[in-house]
Amino acid sequence: MAESVAPTIVAPTEGEPFPDARRLDAYRTMVLARAIDERCLSLQRQGRIGFYAPHAGQEAALVGSALALERDDWVFPAYRELAVALVRGVPLGAVFDQLYGNGRDLSRGRQMPNHFAFAEQHFVSASSPIGTQISQAVGAAIAVQRRKAPVITITYFGDGATSSNDFHAGLNFAGVFAAPVVFFCQNNQWAISLPRDRQTRSATLAEKADAYGFPGVVVDGNDLGAVYSAVRAARRRAVAGGGPTLIEAQVYRLGPHSTSDDPHRYRSDAEVEAARGRDPLHRTKAALLAAGRLDEAADAKIWDDAKAAVAAAVTAAESSAALDPLSIFEDVFATVPPRLELERAECAAHLPKGGGPA
Amino acid sequence: MTELTLVQAVNRGLQEAMRADPDVLVLGEDVGVNGGVFRATEGLFKEFGGDRVIDTPLSETGIVGTAIGMALYGLKPVAEIQFLDFIYPAFDQIVSELAKMRYRSGGQFPCHVVIRTPYGGGIKGGLYHSQSTEAYFCHTAGLKVVVPSTPADAKGLLLTAIHDDDPVIFLEPKRIYRSASGEVPDGDHRVPFGKARTVREGTDVTLFAYGAMVPPSAEAAEALATDGISTEVIDLRSLVPLDEGAVLASVEKTGRAVIVHEAARTCGFGAEIAALLAEKALYSLKAPVARVTGYDTPFPYALEHVYLPGKDRIVAAARAAVAAA
Repeated sequence: MAESVAPTIVAPTEGEPFPDARRLDAYRTMVLARAIDERCLSLQRQGRIGFYAPHAGQEAALVGSALALERDDWVFPAYRELAVALVRGVPLGAVFDQLYGNGRDLSRGRQMPNHFAFAEQHFVSASSPIGTQISQAVGAAIAVQRRKAPVITITYFGDGATSSNDFHAGLNFAGVFAAPVVFFCQNNQWAISLPRDRQTRSATLAEKADAYGFPGVVVDGNDLGAVYSAVRAARRRAVAGGGPTLIEAQVYRLGPHSTSDDPHRYRSDAEVEAARGRDPLHRTKAALLAAGRLDEAADAKIWDDAKAAVAAAVTAAESSAALDPLSIFEDVFATVPPRLELERAECAAHLPKGGGPA
Repeated sequence: MTELTLVQAVNRGLQEAMRADPDVLVLGEDVGVNGGVFRATEGLFKEFGGDRVIDTPLSETGIVGTAIGMALYGLKPVAEIQFLDFIYPAFDQIVSELAKMRYRSGGQFPCHVVIRTPYGGGIKGGLYHSQSTEAYFCHTAGLKVVVPSTPADAKGLLLTAIHDDDPVIFLEPKRIYRSASGEVPDGDHRVPFGKARTVREGTDVTLFAYGAMVPPSAEAAEALATDGISTEVIDLRSLVPLDEGAVLASVEKTGRAVIVHEAARTCGFGAEIAALLAEKALYSLKAPVARVTGYDTPFPYALEHVYLPGKDRIVAAARAAVAAA
């Protein structure tokens, strides 16, 4: 067996350090993200939203990476990047409108919860097929090259996606074209029921970059500063024409894959408990306490504020007008073609007066 | 006007679109230095350089995924898939991503990509250089599907595709890439989608065809004329959107319909035409609708002439329709 490539481990002190002035804000966003998770799991159980894909355990990786981006950068997410959208400035209300698929949803109720699209924040529409966004991010990065813009694209995906067609195609194209793209793999150890070692024999996911001719780095995804530094370094390299970087942020998915998943079928409580000891929220909070930038009372207020904001967003989302049922015929094409006009008229004739199935 | 073959007309359309708009670019396998395996992109690399005529690694999902990302960022990519038979690694990108991007984002992310690809048999290409699987794409909401049969339409439909706002699957009948030649308008010549072309007018029976099946259908009409059967030939040009008005008007006139395509019969596009006629022109029909198509077998190599519809099969079907009533 060939000697394994040793990917760089990024320590928090290396490269551009996390700006101290933003650490408390970053923690607030992480708490908000966790509060959203907790509330949404119960909203789904109550039947108030149809589905939810939690990100608990991945907040430092999500927030740290997103804070390392600039406004004009483009994000090609999977479906577990809600916290990235928050950092990009997407209003909490817009997030909940999507989760509810209500009349204000910017995606017009077209997708399951968590499959966000926010054009204004360059947060590209997410889909369910695994890995497809990876080659798209590379295409946008090549477009950036053609425009000579000081911009990068970043794409998020999980450990399972490293087995997909588009992971290989995307990384290969990016290497060939030296595209300014950052591949941000959140290795949360589980692709639904399959552990990381069922995806690849490689010792790390990051070392796969070596075969494509660019650097791969492993970073402790529970370390906000380390994630930030790794993405800043990759971003700087990309903008300078140095090409892509694969970052493997090692995290742990504390919750189920989604509300349709029961992780007790495939992993032990002991494993999850051990991972809870590395919870990125606790770690970030501890750093803030140690630095004297936070105390327990202030922390309690951060949590109270987050829960209040979520409660308000839920109330607002639930009070929004419903979607126009005939809107399903729009956005298939740029303009509604005659054939769909006929189907829309047919549908309209069958709509029940009080809503519900036709 | 310039006399061009069909593949030259494709080339001319690409060249003019690229001259007119710096955001238009071409990507695919062997499209650059080599000018494409059918020479559809000949000369473009020399004129526009490797930044706009991009030789990609050998991965169809990579080509289409990359084109999608380029389009989202504001470029106008024209991706070439070397043969329709090789498009399946990109099927996920086409049907799950490209076709649905505008819809799933509520209109926030329109995604205009043109995918050009040679299709069809008659070139001794065997299983994997011959198929006509347009129905897969017609079945997917959000895609437009276009098939020219003349050089003028090849350029005119391609320029419409490049200027359209929606994803377009542009199927090029490679069997007649060089045998079809004709006058092509110079300049920004555009042929609208959803407007069928009447190849020949007639009153007794209508042949519906597209792409490489148009020439044998026209030959069949000529042969039928010697029998005193007046045959109308309609070139559909675009399958999505379909010119339903032209289909129905012709059958209301002739009362008989023969649908011709190379694709296998079951769930081929002819089934859609037949259903349309059953729904909206049943009382105009004097005879059962007939389909002259490829058979429900994989595409054979040595016996492709047995598989492919030709003039004689079309003539026989039209005669039978006329004899029925």
